[in-house]
Amino acid sequence: MATIERESHVESPPWPARVHDWLTTVDHKKLGIMYVALAMGFLIIGGIEALLIRWQLMWPESRIFGQDTPTLFNQLFTLHGTTMVFLVGMPVLIGMANYLVPLMIGARDMAFPRLNALGLWTTLFGGLVLYLSFLTPGGPPAIGWFAYAPLTGHTFARDVGTDLWAMGLLVSGVGTIGAGVNFLATILAMRAPGMTLGKVPFFVWTILWTSVQILLAIPPLTAALIMVVLDRQLGAHFFDAANGGSPYLWQHLFWFFGHPEVYILILPVFGIISEVIPVFSRKVLFGYEFMAAATMGIAFIAMGVWAHHMYCVGLARTVDIYFAAASLLVSIPTGIKMFNWLATMYGGRIRFTAPMLFAIGFLAMFLIGGLTGIMLAVAPVDFQVSDTYFVVGHFHFTLIGGTLFGVFAGIYYWYPKVTGRMLSETLARWQFWLLLVGFLLTFGPMHVSGVLGMPRRIYTYLPDRGWDVWNQISTIGALIQAPSYLIFVWNLMASLRSGPPAGDDPWDAWTLEWATTSPPPPYNFEEVPTVRSRRPLWDFKHPDDPDWKYEG
Amino acid sequence: MSEPPSEALDPRKVGMLAFLVSEAAFFGTLIATFLFFLRPIRSGEPNPRDAFDIPLVLLSTFCLLLSSATIHQAHKSLLRGWRWAFLGWWATTMVLGIIFLGGTALEWSSLIQEKQLTISRNLLGSCYFTLVGFHAAHVSVGVVMLAVVLLLAMRDVVTPQQSLGAELVSWYWHFVDGVWVVVFAVVYVVAR
Repeated sequence: MATIERESHVESPPWPARVHDWLTTVDHKKLGIMYVALAMGFLIIGGIEALLIRWQLMWPESRIFGQDTPTLFNQLFTLHGTTMVFLVGMPVLIGMANYLVPLMIGARDMAFPRLNALGLWTTLFGGLVLYLSFLTPGGPPAIGWFAYAPLTGHTFARDVGTDLWAMGLLVSGVGTIGAGVNFLATILAMRAPGMTLGKVPFFVWTILWTSVQILLAIPPLTAALIMVVLDRQLGAHFFDAANGGSPYLWQHLFWFFGHPEVYILILPVFGIISEVIPVFSRKVLFGYEFMAAATMGIAFIAMGVWAHHMYCVGLARTVDIYFAAASLLVSIPTGIKMFNWLATMYGGRIRFTAPMLFAIGFLAMFLIGGLTGIMLAVAPVDFQVSDTYFVVGHFHFTLIGGTLFGVFAGIYYWYPKVTGRMLSETLARWQFWLLLVGFLLTFGPMHVSGVLGMPRRIYTYLPDRGWDVWNQISTIGALIQAPSYLIFVWNLMASLRSGPPAGDDPWDAWTLEWATTSPPPPYNFEEVPTVRSRRPLWDFKHPDDPDWKYEG
Repeated sequence: MSEPPSEALDPRKVGMLAFLVSEAAFFGTLIATFLFFLRPIRSGEPNPRDAFDIPLVLLSTFCLLLSSATIHQAHKSLLRGWRWAFLGWWATTMVLGIIFLGGTALEWSSLIQEKQLTISRNLLGSCYFTLVGFHAAHVSVGVVMLAVVLLLAMRDVVTPQQSLGAELVSWYWHFVDGVWVVVFAVVYVVAR
């Protein structure tokens, strides 16, 4: 309601003033929006890279860029992976958390607003440093997103692209650590009166544990990247086998970061799904306490499973057995979550609007990614399919089927709060079905080509291997997926002007962000609400039948 | 019924603790790297047994450990409102930190010029200069923060009622000290 009044009465300031306002803001909502916008921009860049990769692999022995194809292909998959993990996945989730956490816990802003702004701009700066490599003589790095030594050594990467890669990630990592510090301080010390840690919205709980993982996992990557730069620039020998250094050390350090990283990319999504499914099933989240414990369990176990990325290095048998067992252990808390989401839906009055559609898509697709994950955790299976397209298929099911479907569910759910407008439901359905069909066609066949022995990262293949048809289906799938992203971006932009007004609480939801106006005022709440249960807004709407009568 | 709200926790304290956890993960990685390379470090030329000047390191270590005690005294004096005692202990802490850095500088110049140990010489050089260098960088940042607090205190901005900044700086300082204890044990004791 406040939005409509503001639009009709107050003239908006001239555009230089508005740009200045956005560039210098420390408001968690504006920073959150800019984080998400940054991620969407890089999603399109990373998507174009993916399309070029798929186009190159459509036919055997093709060279779509002529003579330079092998190098360019290496650069493309390096940039694609790095971009999607560091410049899309983390920023979009940090951005959504930035916007939502203070609103959900009844705070006026994050604990450290200026640190928050620093985090956004360092993330962007890190991305620009990485993409600056296009302007250098050797072009972008060609080392793969996990940059195994000795590929990062001077012998194999003589150009400055690899240095820009390391320093770009280092810089954006500092921003991420700042965000982790900020979330912890905000969640632990700035909750509304009455909101104990056992009553926080589930999304907030997952951000708490994501932040713990950020603090423990990103600094090791920072240290390892510094070692890469020291090796390259000052002649240190950390990863230089000829002088006693160890390429394995890089693998250990990278995956000590890299495995928690995949949970940094999925725990917040578990939070989003745990907000969407209850509201659209009209039931409380089933087994909140078990879900909370499972989140903690995943966060802890995830710190001790990194070497399942390294079975083929030839670790000791006992080491393999430990890491296989620890990795399989993750499936227990994850399974608890799956069953609790299903139990939340069971017997509910489900509304199949866009957020729920994507949430159900998440459940189905992430399940497949989880099951292939269990297969890969078993060392003997991994020996057979490691570094094949089976692995590529697996992690795209978790990162697109999991993270991205969940992010879409969240954006469809909270966009009305952020803008005061509803997104188009028709366009949402087009996007969903194109994405689902395209996604399954792209990444499903990769499991087959992987089992048939196609290694990842090869720029082309011979026609007699039986891989062509699977690659062609994958490429067609990618072409079907592509328009779904454009429809999404179009929906976001067009609905800003023409979407129907949302009102404060279009979904009849229960958490505090829906208690204020859409969009919320800069100070979020006129009066800081007092909380007595996990569904404070339900209590306000139903004073005759409040939740706190039943919660222990 | 419900517990009281979380006013007991100060976000700035939580933030500092969280930051120090990330710092611990950072130094933990550098220390783990040092230990990972223990065998080539011991057998390389120059090696830890011959290269390091232990008496000098012991002296600078003593200064740094003492500075933890002096900053503790400074904070206690600040809370009691003893302005001059606070300023004195705080300045002493700063001087001890600078002496430590001086010790590191002497050690480095002797290593580089006399023992020909550089970051590119062998794995000992790579690991040693990276680990000790990042620690010294943290001490330097600490000295700068100590100086800022000292200047603010002389302008009467740091008072018993407004002491949180000084307290957080002292946390950081204790942390950097604690890291040195581990670095000392690994570099100068275990590696020998």
